[in-house]
Amino acid sequence: MINVIWLALIVIGFGFAAAQGNIETVTSAAFDGAKTGVTVCFGLISVLVFWLGMMKLAEESGLLQKIAKLMGPIVRFLFPDVPRNHPAMGYILSNMSANLLGLGNAATPMGIKAMQELQTLNPDKTAASPAMCTLLALNTASITLIPTTLIAIRMNYQSANPTEIVGTTLAATMVATLAAVAADRWYRRKFLNRRPKPPIPAGPAAALQPDAQDMKG
Amino acid sequence: MTAIINMISAWAIPVLIAFIPLFAFTKKVPVYESFVVGAKEGFQTAVQIIPNLVGMMVAISVFRASGALDFFVGWTGPFLHRLGVPSEILPLGLLRPLTGTGSLAFATDLISVYGPDSMIGRMASTIQGSTDTTLYVLTVYMGAVGIRNGRYSLKVGLFSDVVGFIASIAVCLLFFG
Repeated sequence: MINVIWLALIVIGFGFAAAQGNIETVTSAAFDGAKTGVTVCFGLISVLVFWLGMMKLAEESGLLQKIAKLMGPIVRFLFPDVPRNHPAMGYILSNMSANLLGLGNAATPMGIKAMQELQTLNPDKTAASPAMCTLLALNTASITLIPTTLIAIRMNYQSANPTEIVGTTLAATMVATLAAVAADRWYRRKFLNRRPKPPIPAGPAAALQPDAQDMKG
Repeated sequence: MTAIINMISAWAIPVLIAFIPLFAFTKKVPVYESFVVGAKEGFQTAVQIIPNLVGMMVAISVFRASGALDFFVGWTGPFLHRLGVPSEILPLGLLRPLTGTGSLAFATDLISVYGPDSMIGRMASTIQGSTDTTLYVLTVYMGAVGIRNGRYSLKVGLFSDVVGFIASIAVCLLFFG
């Protein structure tokens, strides 16, 4: 799907530029885009270097494992196939907490670190595991308690009540996150069912019944 | 409420920066040396993402600059308007999953033109704040570990963007309407 979207963006863009007779915009836009990509990555270097250094301290001191234990039930529900005391759990939680607080530049390094830890559990190193898909779903929906950037912008434009959107944002982000988690669960089950099953046939079929009910409710 | 939120925003990161090394020190971790070991990974990770991000940014940039995005926005606007949704808000829904800086710029523009306390300003704030840039998140996270096949994650991300967009508008109409 990503291949189709990528190709469609370029080809449709080319078509429009050609039809409107300003084909030269394609060239400049392509190189501007490339430059933006590199600039964003360079911006990420400082943030990644700093936070991954900090997170190493959190990992080696056992802080991550402590957080993971504290919030265990929620994460175990979302990531059933990650072992309880795996470091990935701690990074997933740090990533979720940073998102909640609206600390975007801390959330990304922790999410990347979580991906790297999940990759060690992944049997197929070129394709995303179900746990990775769940992490991606949570991050694209991005559960936010405090939309810091937007509050700052609203203050900038002299809003009478800059934080009045906290409630509406929270409601919308919760709906989006629930939708993402539900969709993730649905695709995940489809994906796991398609895979060759282990020899005990009673297990998955019996386990499926109550879950299917959950989805409806 | 503004004061409390501002305080949390201001204190959260400084507290983490002081607390994490202090906690590690009490657990007898060689703090500076461990920091450097962890930080080393950051550079490689950032460099590894460059090809993915360049590829994605080129496609999005061409799509935007060619006028294709404007065309789709103009085409769907009147249809949404009939449903009670201000058509000015629609480009934001299309931009949001594609580009974080682009949609932030657009949301800021809506806020400055219509005012932060107008319905459009509130909707723009809610939409921009409630979800993240799906393509960017997928590109960066998968690029960092060399995953090529994202399986169903793009579908899930785009689905939640659509749901988030509709929910933002509905909640704003309910709450401020």
